[in-house]
Amino acid sequence: MADIMLKTENLGISFGGLKAVQGLDIEIKKQQLYGLVGPNGAGKTTVFNMLTGVYQPTTGTFYLDGEELKGKTQEQINHKGIARTFQNIRLFNNMSVVRNVMVGLHNQPEFKCSPFVSMLRLPGHFDSEVRMRERAKEILKVFGLYEERNNLSCNLPYGKQRKLEIARALATNPKLLLLDEPAAGMNPHETKELVDIVKYIRDEFDLTILLIEHDMKFVSGLCDEITVLNFGTVLAQGETKKALSDPEVIKAYIGG
Amino acid sequence: MGYVSNVKKTFKLKYCFNYIGVAAFLVLMIILSSTGVLSRSAVNLLPKIAYSIILAVSLNLVVGFLGELSLGHAGFMCVGAYLGSYFSIFLHNYIDNSLVCFLISLVVGGLLAAVFGFIIGLPALRLKGDYLAIVTLAFGEIVRNVFKNLSFFGGAMGLKTDKIKLQSSTLYIVAFILVLVVLFLIQNLIRSKHGRAITAIRDNEIAAKAMGINVTYYKLFVFVISAFFAGVAGVIYGHYYTPILYSAFDYNYSIEILVMVVIGGIGSISGSIIAATVITYINFMLQNNLSGDLAAVRLLVYAIILIAIVIFNNAPALKPIKDKLNFKNLSAKLFKKKESTIVDDDVAWNRIESKIRMDELLSIDVKKQDGEFSDPDKPTKEGK
Amino acid sequence: MSILLDGLSLGAVYALIALGYTMVYGIAKMLNFAHGDVIMVGAYAIYSTMALNTNPFIAMAVAIVVCTVMGIVIEKFAYKPLRGASPLAVLITAIGVSNLLQGIAQLIYGSTSIAFTVANFKTVHILGSEISVGTILTLVVGAIIMIGLTLFVKKTRTGRAMLAVSEDSGAARLMGVNVDKIIMLTFAIGSALAAFASLFYIIRIPSVTPTLGAMPGIKAFTAAVIGGIGSIPGAMLGGILLGMIEQICKHNPTIEAYTTAIEFCLLIVILLVKPVGLLGKRRREKV
Repeated sequence: MADIMLKTENLGISFGGLKAVQGLDIEIKKQQLYGLVGPNGAGKTTVFNMLTGVYQPTTGTFYLDGEELKGKTQEQINHKGIARTFQNIRLFNNMSVVRNVMVGLHNQPEFKCSPFVSMLRLPGHFDSEVRMRERAKEILKVFGLYEERNNLSCNLPYGKQRKLEIARALATNPKLLLLDEPAAGMNPHETKELVDIVKYIRDEFDLTILLIEHDMKFVSGLCDEITVLNFGTVLAQGETKKALSDPEVIKAYIGG
Repeated sequence: MGYVSNVKKTFKLKYCFNYIGVAAFLVLMIILSSTGVLSRSAVNLLPKIAYSIILAVSLNLVVGFLGELSLGHAGFMCVGAYLGSYFSIFLHNYIDNSLVCFLISLVVGGLLAAVFGFIIGLPALRLKGDYLAIVTLAFGEIVRNVFKNLSFFGGAMGLKTDKIKLQSSTLYIVAFILVLVVLFLIQNLIRSKHGRAITAIRDNEIAAKAMGINVTYYKLFVFVISAFFAGVAGVIYGHYYTPILYSAFDYNYSIEILVMVVIGGIGSISGSIIAATVITYINFMLQNNLSGDLAAVRLLVYAIILIAIVIFNNAPALKPIKDKLNFKNLSAKLFKKKESTIVDDDVAWNRIESKIRMDELLSIDVKKQDGEFSDPDKPTKEGK
Repeated sequence: MSILLDGLSLGAVYALIALGYTMVYGIAKMLNFAHGDVIMVGAYAIYSTMALNTNPFIAMAVAIVVCTVMGIVIEKFAYKPLRGASPLAVLITAIGVSNLLQGIAQLIYGSTSIAFTVANFKTVHILGSEISVGTILTLVVGAIIMIGLTLFVKKTRTGRAMLAVSEDSGAARLMGVNVDKIIMLTFAIGSALAAFASLFYIIRIPSVTPTLGAMPGIKAFTAAVIGGIGSIPGAMLGGILLGMIEQICKHNPTIEAYTTAIEFCLLIVILLVKPVGLLGKRRREKV
């Protein structure tokens, strides 16, 4: 049990009469790359929203590293160690790239500094500010965004914006990283690069990663295990190749 | 692509510019008034300019940086003016020096206004945009209504502050030093990790929450700080005018402060300072020169300028023309200000959203093609 | 009894104004801050026509035309260019328009209030209490207008198009609804209702000033928010609730002075308990 990072038990949510997700049981081991796939509207992003506290699940619960997180707010869940990216990129558009990452670093205990210290410009402020910037630059280097650090984030090309979102999420020092369609809108070259980056950060930062993706090549190249969702219910689960060759899954994808 | 490079350098210049500008203005005024060039009425105007700057800058913190609309800023000022001055009058019985009373009551008035800022910040956690605007407006009216009816604050006659009133010639110097202090505090706040968190909430609250930013804390914090400074401005007002009258703090006054912020550029501190100074001065000139019903011209001129500026800055149809004129870069150079941000935010979002919609459309198209593949089969089967 | 009826009739006035706010909010997703000042324009229109011709019906007709045209003009020149801009920008423009209208009125008519009466209403005795015919007229006409509007929105093609636009203007456009035209129509109807409100308002308070619209405007706005802005029955409910509370407070000497504070406190409390107002619909932001 000790090597399980995320465990969901009968997780489900309904909006009015619509059961968007029901009976979801997932176990993700530490350092695992886990995929969540399914056709449009299958409830993948809803699962992410439940895991990050945007929606409160109506049934079931989930545990991160053995600790129950159901009922916690988005901020609390982030502090406990779940960080995410968004399907429709949500960067802080009016900030430079490096500042976006620095927002991610905001709650790290080593950069603690009260607002009054900052307002009065006491020495603690400069110290934490300088260290934060350095750390943010280090993270940007991993993602190859160092050169762009002073550009406004909204001016970045699409693929780099996606990378920046991952960098920003990483800055919150998570145990579990949720990536919502990280390769969407990327060209094949960028996608390949992303696969390497994801593997690299998993090893380097000791991360467990759960990702949603449509690109099957991406999923099979990256994930050890997957869960296939359709209409909010689990269609298949297990080792990637096996799950993808499940007749039910093929039926759901090709239509029948 | 128009990358904005060297963000760090321009920022530093920009912030120094504000201090130097205000300090230079103060020194100039001291020289002019001591040599007697400045008329008495002009000196009388100076404290008003000072507290207008404080009001505009503190409101800009809420509107420009937190991205919430507040229409009750005059309400906080009202609290500061009444309670701070009341405290000052009370203190005057023990301390004979008006200036000392003033300085102590500044803190007291500010803190009491901050308490109200906290109370009004609470709904801000649940409400957004237009709803919050109406609540702040309601707050301002409640404060006015209550002070009007409290007899120990003079009721409808207003609170008489002759006892503690300071000479404009001394008050303006203190007031402008206060402006510098307020600028120091607010700009430092904006330029810190906390300022980043606040702008992050404005830019994208959902993402800010997902990054673990304590949105509740920061929203309340901004409302409290902003109310504190509005209260400080109110205390200056209380030591400047007598009597303090509830009717001065109606929502039109809140809107006048908002106009300063908008005309100066939402999210631009330098803009707020300049706009507060210029508008207060123009108000003064117009009030002196336009008598009776002609005073309406003032209202008209503001209204037209306000509408023109907002439409010019925001209208989607005018975007190409504006890009051609490059007006923003020009004004950015002139005032060394960051481009007004909320607009760009929206435009950028539209672009991203449209990309996503395209992706979705594409995936739908693929499905349709699947359907088409199966369709041609059918007639052939029927043909057989 | 008379307090109750009086409250109802004041509530009807607020409801009429609130309908203007709520319809525009529902359809154009903006707060028309200048709506209160359209009432002022209506009141001056009645006053000016009455100065020429003593027939209040003609004055009323003129007021309706003037207000409707005013609503359309405001929409076309101040709000239409900002379609799609941030709500803050639109709200600030609306505030500008409000100041503009007040300024114009002040230039033409002066800032002092002018007393005049539309008509002398007799009082009648109902169930032992004296009630002005004006109050009853307000109630009856107000009720007819509200029923008419509800039927219009529910039963006619245009009304249903309005509902569609308020649900999702993008989808409505794709379904062939002329959104611009619907928005213009909404402003026109809202302003016409404001013309009626201005008549009833000056029946209650027989004088005109350039700032006449400000207070009822804000109160009605409050009423619309209490009822749930965007909801037509909500505006009626909120308006009547607020009117009743105002009259009850005003007839109670101990709390009379705090009437405004009580009304606005009610608003804050209701919004804290139910952030979208009594009958408002919750909108969920998609993540």
